[in-house]
Amino acid sequence: MAPDAAKSRYVLPAGMPMPDPARSAPFHHGFWEAARRHELVVQRCRSCATFQFGPEEICHRCHSFDLGWESVEAVGKIYTWERIWHPSFPVLKEACPYLVVLVELPQAGGVRMMGNLLGDPRRDPPIGAKVEAVFEDHDEGFTLVQWRLAE
Amino acid sequence: MASEALTIKDKAAIVGLGETKYYKRGGAPVSEFRLACEAIMKAADDAGIKVTEIDGLASYADDRNEPIRMASALGLSELRLSNIFWSGGGGGVAGAIGNAAAAIAAGYANYVCVFRSLAQGQFYRFGAAPAPKTVTGNAMYTLPYGMGTAAQMIALRTRRFMHEYGVRQDALAAVAMASYYHAQFNPRAVMYGRPLTREQYDNSRWIVEPFHLYDCCMENDGAAAVIMTSAERAGDLRHKPAYVMAAAQGSSFRQGAGVHNAPDFGTSNFKTLAPRLFEMAGITPADVDVAQCYENFTGAVVMALAEHGLCAPEEVNDFCRFENLTWPDGKLPINTSGGNLAECYVHGMELVLEAARQVRGTSTCQVRDCEISLVVAGPAVPLVSDLILHG
Repeated sequence: MAPDAAKSRYVLPAGMPMPDPARSAPFHHGFWEAARRHELVVQRCRSCATFQFGPEEICHRCHSFDLGWESVEAVGKIYTWERIWHPSFPVLKEACPYLVVLVELPQAGGVRMMGNLLGDPRRDPPIGAKVEAVFEDHDEGFTLVQWRLAE
Repeated sequence: MASEALTIKDKAAIVGLGETKYYKRGGAPVSEFRLACEAIMKAADDAGIKVTEIDGLASYADDRNEPIRMASALGLSELRLSNIFWSGGGGGVAGAIGNAAAAIAAGYANYVCVFRSLAQGQFYRFGAAPAPKTVTGNAMYTLPYGMGTAAQMIALRTRRFMHEYGVRQDALAAVAMASYYHAQFNPRAVMYGRPLTREQYDNSRWIVEPFHLYDCCMENDGAAAVIMTSAERAGDLRHKPAYVMAAAQGSSFRQGAGVHNAPDFGTSNFKTLAPRLFEMAGITPADVDVAQCYENFTGAVVMALAEHGLCAPEEVNDFCRFENLTWPDGKLPINTSGGNLAECYVHGMELVLEAARQVRGTSTCQVRDCEISLVVAGPAVPLVSDLILHG
């Protein structure tokens, strides 16, 4: 495969820091296993049903340690965003500017997830706009959740 | 009687100020440890006490110069307080002063030196993102998306705040220009002799929108220190004391929730602290004569001014204008030494010294009849702190 084609499969270039769930605490594992299946899950307390993200070892509401993962519709709303121009990693030099969005999931207690927004990075993403998840499979065996504006 | 016991108001004062020469990052010709020694010795000299009379050392933000090493190296007779404000980065600077005041009020120590030494040229740059091959924990949900620097974190909060209140870029520009303007009167400032025009600001490159280059703090080498003692002792020393009128530290509900999930997000995180601060001081925001508001990024300053009641969030565009934020005629001069943007990024410690100078009457941009001097530390990080000094 030509290098250009390889690049175009991901929003950001290859060589970015890669998630390593296996070396992370067990309460992180479920998210990455689901993402690999192209499924969006949110940590949820089995005791009081509170959604929680980022994942934690304890429920912040009822203090139960019995937490699981709930599959949710892979959509959300843009809560805030930024356009990044200064490359904080060497591999980003050719990729700037790019967009980072913080996406709110109303169907999961309003938790937020991060990602890059697909499409023209020079267009301002409207706060409040509906977005849907795009599952970006990486050859190294992990899947990132990215976002694009919904129809 | 009980309520009197439950305050540190007017129990302690800043009585000595010391700082090294301030350098661009990598410019310090001596070690970070030596910078710390020099700042501490200058502060003791300024207070008119012997260095060896210091019996407490305190800092914040994981300062690398541990009190036990400093105390041994400086030959302190006895160390009675070794204290660090846990985590919080620049959000800890006012908290470190508050902790020292509390320790003095409680009789732990007589002369506490609060210091910060930071030579970014000798260690890592604060402006860089960590770049490991793989990441674990909460960083898995952020760093692979190219999101990890302080500027990138606070830009997200600022954008949300700007959206909620219709804040324009001009408000951020005014903060940057005020700091640079004040630095032109301050020979200590790294940006002394380098004024900033609005045109230069507008034409400077974006780091991360809404932050231009000049919206971001510098990276420097330098150290600064203050000597604190009880209100009783303070009156017998060389300079006019800057009394600790109030201090507050902390965080509101789940501000440290992972992956940017703080429920209240478009905030500098002072909504719970500021009311406590003004209550302890027994004053209102309108009584503040001058403010040193930690500029990690200008957007955080704008949010913090509103959350301290210095203006309403809806009035930010009108309040945050250059004429209003500058000495000598502005309604509220801020960052009168140039601060983190233009004096020196000593992690905000330089702001504490400037707040005390304003009370003494020795600032290079001295506010007339200055009585009430506010320090806001580390806005928009999860753990923040506040300080009010008065004459």
